[in-house]
Amino acid sequence: MLCIAGLKNWSGASANRATEASPLRSDKQASRSAHDSRLTTHDSPCRLSVLPSRRLDMTDILTPAFLISVLAAAVAAGTAILFACLGELITERAGVLNLGIEGIMLVGALSGAGACIWSGSAWVGAVVALAAGASMAAVHALLCVGLRANQVVSGLALTIFGAGLSAFLGRDIVGVPPPSAFRRIDIPVLAEIPVLGRILFQQSALVYISIALVVFLWWYIYRTRAGLRLRAIGERPEAADAMGIDVARLRALYVIAGGALAGLGGAAISLGTNPGWTEGMTAGRGWIAVALVIFAAWNPARAAVGAYLFGGVEAGQFRLQTAGVDISPFFLNMLPYLFTILVLVLSTREATRRLLGAPAALGRAYVREDRG
Amino acid sequence: MSSRSAISPSRRLRIERVPSPSRSATAVVSALSFVLALLCGGIILFLAGENPIQIYGSMFSGALGDWNGVAETLVKTTPLLLAGLGVAVAFRMQLWNIGAEGQLYLGAIFATGVALFLIPGAPGWVMVPIIVVASLLGGGLWGLIPGALRAWFGASEIITSLMLNYVAILFSEYLVHGPWRDPQAFGFPGTPSLPASAWLPNWGATRVHLGLFFGLIAALVLWVMLRRTRWGYEIGVMGENPRAALYAGMPTKRTIVLVMALSGALAGLAGMSEVAGIGHQLQRNLSPGYGYAAIIVAWLARLHPLGAVLVAFLLAALTVGGDQIQMSLGLPAAIAPMLQGTILFFLLGGDVLTRYRITRVPGT
Repeated sequence: MLCIAGLKNWSGASANRATEASPLRSDKQASRSAHDSRLTTHDSPCRLSVLPSRRLDMTDILTPAFLISVLAAAVAAGTAILFACLGELITERAGVLNLGIEGIMLVGALSGAGACIWSGSAWVGAVVALAAGASMAAVHALLCVGLRANQVVSGLALTIFGAGLSAFLGRDIVGVPPPSAFRRIDIPVLAEIPVLGRILFQQSALVYISIALVVFLWWYIYRTRAGLRLRAIGERPEAADAMGIDVARLRALYVIAGGALAGLGGAAISLGTNPGWTEGMTAGRGWIAVALVIFAAWNPARAAVGAYLFGGVEAGQFRLQTAGVDISPFFLNMLPYLFTILVLVLSTREATRRLLGAPAALGRAYVREDRG
Repeated sequence: MSSRSAISPSRRLRIERVPSPSRSATAVVSALSFVLALLCGGIILFLAGENPIQIYGSMFSGALGDWNGVAETLVKTTPLLLAGLGVAVAFRMQLWNIGAEGQLYLGAIFATGVALFLIPGAPGWVMVPIIVVASLLGGGLWGLIPGALRAWFGASEIITSLMLNYVAILFSEYLVHGPWRDPQAFGFPGTPSLPASAWLPNWGATRVHLGLFFGLIAALVLWVMLRRTRWGYEIGVMGENPRAALYAGMPTKRTIVLVMALSGALAGLAGMSEVAGIGHQLQRNLSPGYGYAAIIVAWLARLHPLGAVLVAFLLAALTVGGDQIQMSLGLPAAIAPMLQGTILFFLLGGDVLTRYRITRVPGT
C-alpha cells in the first residue's frame, strides 16, 4: 500500500513537472527544448535506473551507471561543439577570427537535414553540410582576407545572415524527421571494455570521425611542414610572406576548411543527437565553440576536453531535469552559457599567466604594403 | 600613406590607398550596399522559388505604403534606434558589445518589476521617470558585467555579452512562466498588465509612443557628447589607438566599464519602451532580435548617432515588411534578418572601395 501511495506521489510530481516545462516546447523555444530532448535518443537503458522522478538525493546521482551514462551522453552532445571548435581553431591558427560559426552551423544543420531528407542518406547530408559550411566561410574569406574588411563585423554579419537564411529556406522541413541519421555503432571488441567502451565506443560514426580529426589535427599542426606554415601565417605573416608563402591564399583556404567543419558540426546536431531541423536549433553552440578555442589554447586535444566538458554540462542539466531536481528548467538551461563565461574568464587568466598566447596576428588583416 | 601600383608601373592607371575615405564616398557605399543587398536577396528568393518582386512590393507597401505602415515602422524604429545607439557607442571604442538583446530584456525586466511591484500606485509623472531610470540601471548592469570582465580579467566581451543574452532571455521566461505570471491569464505566459500610469503616451491614434522621442533625444545627446566633450574624445582615441590613449594617461579600464554600462543602459531603455509603450506587460518573445539588428544599425550608420536615426528607420521598414509578408504571403519573417546580413556584407566589401582610389598616372 505504502508503495502505491509513493508511486502516486511520483506520478503527481512528474505531471506537475511536465506542465511546468511544457511552455518550453512551443515555437521559438523549440530549439532549446529540442536540445534537451536529443538525449532521449541515446542510451535509454542506463537512464531508466534513475527515471522515477521523485526528489533526488546524492546516492541517486552517484550510481556508476548514472555517471557512465552522463559521460557517454557528454561525448555525444559535445561532438557538434567539437567539430565547430576545431573549425574555428584552424581558422584562428591562420590568423583570422570567424565569429560567424553560429550562422555557419545553422546553415550546416539545415542543409544536412535537407539533403538527408532529399537523398535518404545521412552521409550525403554530412557531405552537403560540409560544402554549405565551406561556401558560407568563403564569403568571410572573401571579405576579410581578400578585401581586408573588419573581421568582427563580417563574422557577425555571417551569423545574422545564416540564422535568417536557414530559417527562411528551412520553412518547409521544420520538424520533418530525416529518413536516416547517424545512429549508434558499437565498435566490436572495444565496445566491450567496461567503462571506456560504453563512453567512447558505443557512439555514432560522427563521434569516431571527430576523435580521429582531433588526433589528425594535433599531428598536422605540430608535426608537419604544412602545419608549421599554418602557424606561421597566424603568428608572423610578414615572415611567412618573406619565406615565399602566399599568405592570403593559405588563409582563405583555412577559413574555408574551418567553415566546412563548422557546417559538419551543425549536421552533427540535425543528423545526430537531435535529428530533424528546427529554427535556431544550434542554440548558441557556435558561440560556445568560439569561446572554447581560447580555453583550448589553440590546441586540438584541449579542444576535445573542452567540448566534452560542455557536452557534460548539457547532458547533466538534462539528467537533473528528468531526475526531478527542484530547480526551474529555465535556470538549468542557463548553465551552459554561464559556464562558458566562467571558462572564458578562467582560461583568459591562465593564458595571460602562462603566456599561452593567441596567434599573434589574430584578427589583423595582412597587408603587404604595410609591412614595416 | 604608402601606395602601390596594382598593375605594372608602365600602365596609366594606379590604385592608391586613400588616407581617410571621403564622406560622400562612404555615403554612396552605404546606399549602394542597401540596394545591392536587396538585389542579392532577390536572387536568393528567386532561387528558392519565390517571386522577389511580389515579396518586395508587399514588404514596401506594408512598411511605407500608407500612414499605418509608416506609423508601424516608426514603432519599430524606437527599439532599433535606442539599441543601435548603444552598440554604436561601444563599437566606437572597439568594444564589441553584441549583448544588446540581453540588455534590452534586462531593461524590460527592471522596468516591469518596478512598475508592478515597487510603486504600482504612483502617478504617471513619477512612474515614467522612475521606470526609465530602472531600465537604464537594468540594461546598464547587464552591460557592465562583460565590461568589467573585459577590463579586469581580459575576457572577450564578444563572447560574454553574447552568452548573457541567453541568460537574460531565459531569466525573463522564468519570470513570465513562474513568479510574475498573471494568475488571471489562463496559463498564458506573461505578467499582469502594467498600471496605466506606466503606459507611455501615444502619438494620436497610432501605436507610436514616447519611446521614439527618447531615442531622438539620446541620439542628439550622444552626438554632442562624442563631438564636444572630453569623454567623447577619449572614447574615440581609445578606440582608434589604445596605445596612444595609454601613454596619454587615459583611464582605459574605467572607461571600458563605463562605456559598456552606457551601451547596455541604452538597450535597456529600448526594452522599457517596448514594455511600457507597446505590450504594457512583460511577455515572451519581447524582442524579435532587435539587439542583433542594432549591430547593423550601428555599422550602417558608421557609428554616427544621427546617422543611426535614418538607418534605424530603414531597418525598421525592413522588419515591418518582413512581418507583412509573413501575414499576407505566409512567408517566414526571417527574410528580414537574411537581408540585413546581406546589407552588412556589401557594406564591408564596399568600404574597401572607399579606402582605395584609382588615379591616372601621367606620362611614362
